[in-house]
Amino acid sequence: MVKQPDKQELLDFGYQAPATPWLDTPVDFRPGTYCHGAKGKNLEAVGFPNARDWSPAEDDWKLPDEWQNTVIEGIADRMKKYRSFRLFMDVCVRCGACADKCHFYIASGDPKNMPVLRAELLRSVYRRNFTTSGKLFGKLAGARDLSEDVLKEWWYYFFQCTECRRCSVFCPYGIDQAEITMMGRELLNLLGLNTDWISGPVANCYMKGNHVGLEPQTILGNVEFLMEDIETVCGKHIEPSFNRKGAEVLFVVPSGDLYAEPGTFAFMGYVMLLEQLGLDYTLSTYASEGGNFGLFTSNEMAKRLNSKIYAEARRLGVKWILGGECGHMWRVINQYMDTWNGPADFLEVPVSPITGSKFENASSTKMVHIAEFTADLIYHDKIKLDKSRNDHLIVTYHDSCNTARGMGLMDEPRYIMNKVCNNFFEMPEETIRERTFCCGAGSGLNAGENMELRLRGGLPRANAVRYVQERHGVNVLANICAVDRAALPAVMDYWVPGVAVMGLHELVGNALVMDGESVRHLDMRGEELPRPMVQEESVTLAVDSQPVAEAAPSDLATVTGEGEKGAGKAVTDA
Amino acid sequence: MKIGLPLLAVVALAALAWLGCEYLRLQVLFGVVLPYLALLLFLVGFVYRVVLWGRSAVPFNITTTCGQQKSLPWVKHDRLENPSSTTGAIGRMILEVLLFRSLFRNLRTEKRGARISFGSAKWLWLGGLVFHWSLLVVLLRHLRLFLEPVPVVISGIGAVDGMFQIGVPVLFLTDITILAALAFLFARRVLAPRIRYLSLPADYFPLLLLLGVVISGILMRYAFKVDMLQVKEMMLGLASLHPQLSMSAGSALYVHIFLVSVLFAYFPWSKLMHAGGIFLSPTRNMPNNSRQVRHINPWNYPVQVHSYVEYEDEYREKMRKVGLPLDKEG
Repeated sequence: MVKQPDKQELLDFGYQAPATPWLDTPVDFRPGTYCHGAKGKNLEAVGFPNARDWSPAEDDWKLPDEWQNTVIEGIADRMKKYRSFRLFMDVCVRCGACADKCHFYIASGDPKNMPVLRAELLRSVYRRNFTTSGKLFGKLAGARDLSEDVLKEWWYYFFQCTECRRCSVFCPYGIDQAEITMMGRELLNLLGLNTDWISGPVANCYMKGNHVGLEPQTILGNVEFLMEDIETVCGKHIEPSFNRKGAEVLFVVPSGDLYAEPGTFAFMGYVMLLEQLGLDYTLSTYASEGGNFGLFTSNEMAKRLNSKIYAEARRLGVKWILGGECGHMWRVINQYMDTWNGPADFLEVPVSPITGSKFENASSTKMVHIAEFTADLIYHDKIKLDKSRNDHLIVTYHDSCNTARGMGLMDEPRYIMNKVCNNFFEMPEETIRERTFCCGAGSGLNAGENMELRLRGGLPRANAVRYVQERHGVNVLANICAVDRAALPAVMDYWVPGVAVMGLHELVGNALVMDGESVRHLDMRGEELPRPMVQEESVTLAVDSQPVAEAAPSDLATVTGEGEKGAGKAVTDA
Repeated sequence: MKIGLPLLAVVALAALAWLGCEYLRLQVLFGVVLPYLALLLFLVGFVYRVVLWGRSAVPFNITTTCGQQKSLPWVKHDRLENPSSTTGAIGRMILEVLLFRSLFRNLRTEKRGARISFGSAKWLWLGGLVFHWSLLVVLLRHLRLFLEPVPVVISGIGAVDGMFQIGVPVLFLTDITILAALAFLFARRVLAPRIRYLSLPADYFPLLLLLGVVISGILMRYAFKVDMLQVKEMMLGLASLHPQLSMSAGSALYVHIFLVSVLFAYFPWSKLMHAGGIFLSPTRNMPNNSRQVRHINPWNYPVQVHSYVEYEDEYREKMRKVGLPLDKEG
């Protein structure tokens, strides 16, 4: 187990400016704040340059010869390819609006975590090599040479950015640090400088189809296990199909949902819902990863990994694709997939066979988010829900960075939430929707060795959860992101104990009334429900909205007893 | 040094023009040659920079979405914060350029012990907005010196700007607001420790230069009482490419003209180009519709992939054992 840092020590910081100017402050590689270096074999597996084992803690990073030239040429090349990059190097006025918007800055006070300064780390080298003033005036113009120390500083801070884009929301020119971090990481990858926790999963995704490297038989075994759990919960035996040709829909989920709690509970929810609907769908062991770790290395790698989804849809001859709950997976699908690997003209514009709704917004990618799909079902009254089965849960909702700021999927999950549970409370408005805070571990930072960094990064989110925990007794943090489900439990346990992390479709699975199901005594986690939910009775309950369970069944439930319910706003609620 | 050097530079520039005109009688240089040169640099530089940006590709649709996407017909779509069409994106850009929408969102983050809280922080937005709008009015107002007859719109702007009729010559409101806004922006950079920490000389210089322009303009009008008729004659000459010099107009005028010239010449090579850059910002000027309309990357190239055929070859036996369908039985 990773050693947990001391809370007081972690909180011992302020936002005052340090004594030495940032250009003169060397980077301090403090253990707990950075990841292990990439392993040679994983870089080799995908053909990345300078494949070798190396450690960031050592002085010698085993850089290739002429590495400075590689980087400078890499910058020049990317400035031609990405207007965003060239523009964002040029137009920043250093107004400081972004400075205190980054979760890492808010929770560390390290000035180089202000998005503006993190960008300046790269801008200073850009100025030195590509601008007249930088060439002439050097430091006076904020320019500096690319030295090994500067490179190490890049590595340290570009792997302290989760590409969450919160800064971009506040920037008057829309400068997006995620874009700069992505460029910075591309440059570092030219020298074989990535982290173990990213390059390992990349190699796994490439060779085996998913980031933990589950082989086909293991995926099937895991899913069989989960199906047994479903049978225990609702008495239904379900056998989802894999790699089945001729299915109407290919369903792609983040692979975390296949093997690790609490993602597996969300997976059970998806499967129960699709079974109840009788949707003709199949999963794939080849395209068994919705997430895309390539995105954290280079554009090309991301495209190589993403190609599997369309390739598999074509091979299986499905009509359209349904996607599970995942954050950066959806940034990729919404903003990159069609451009990289489209056009998907071998697919049809997605139509829900249950409601007949045509998903015009996905008419080119042909891929629908499961929250859109489920919201449409509920809106058309196609599924029976018993909200009261979630009465032991007092829920708040965490927008994932990517679905909020790289897509705008905000009200569909809230609509569902209001239909599947009675106790839904929003966190303060500065911390949700487009202003949502990162879990602290996105973009490949969810390793163990950087736990201090993750706990810091998660503090702003945890702080907002504590707010609703104190006011409303919130005990569940719902979300639609696999990294959230992997990263936030540790953050919650550390900062706000007593809050469970749950995928949206776990809540749906709890509430879903299935044909021929047995009386539910257990929720999706196999925990005792407050009292048996006999079907007839439960339908009435949902209408009456009885007070929240009198007898708190588990240590999770801390009920306020105010009978205040569903205060969360539902803009779309008809 | 970060502040001292830019300050010294601006003072030296002003002194240079003063001395040059007062003692060396270099009015031709400061009143004709340099203004033309500065304008040329400005135009060429501005176009060069925009063309350079424009020549870089926009490979992906990377809109930063700040509101609800357009999805199901009954879900309320936020057309301006998450535009799905070009019209929406134009609307978003108008809000951004004219009202500084994103800056209006600004928050102040505070930490008390283990608690983090957020407060309103609209001062930067207000200071920035007042400065930019004042600058626009001041620029438009100055057109009266370059045009004859003066268009009604321009004289109207001048009339409204001077509507309080205080003093002779009439005091313009924007003279006060631009000075106040610049002073605020400068003070913020100097006094807020965090902003001071991340500021470069290149951040202080344009602020001080603008202050120099404004102060010299105000001084020549209200303190030195430069003869505006002479100024107008001179400006009309410049505008019609038949420059006429007024040797008696007073050196204050030339200080003002010179600082404006420096500003124009400096503009395209500095962060002031944000004025042109904002229109090209891909996170703000693109509609978020890339699931509906395929965005084309001009340099998209084929990549090496790990195909299903290879995958099945590697796992065929294992797949067969668990009953997964196979493409090839072999």
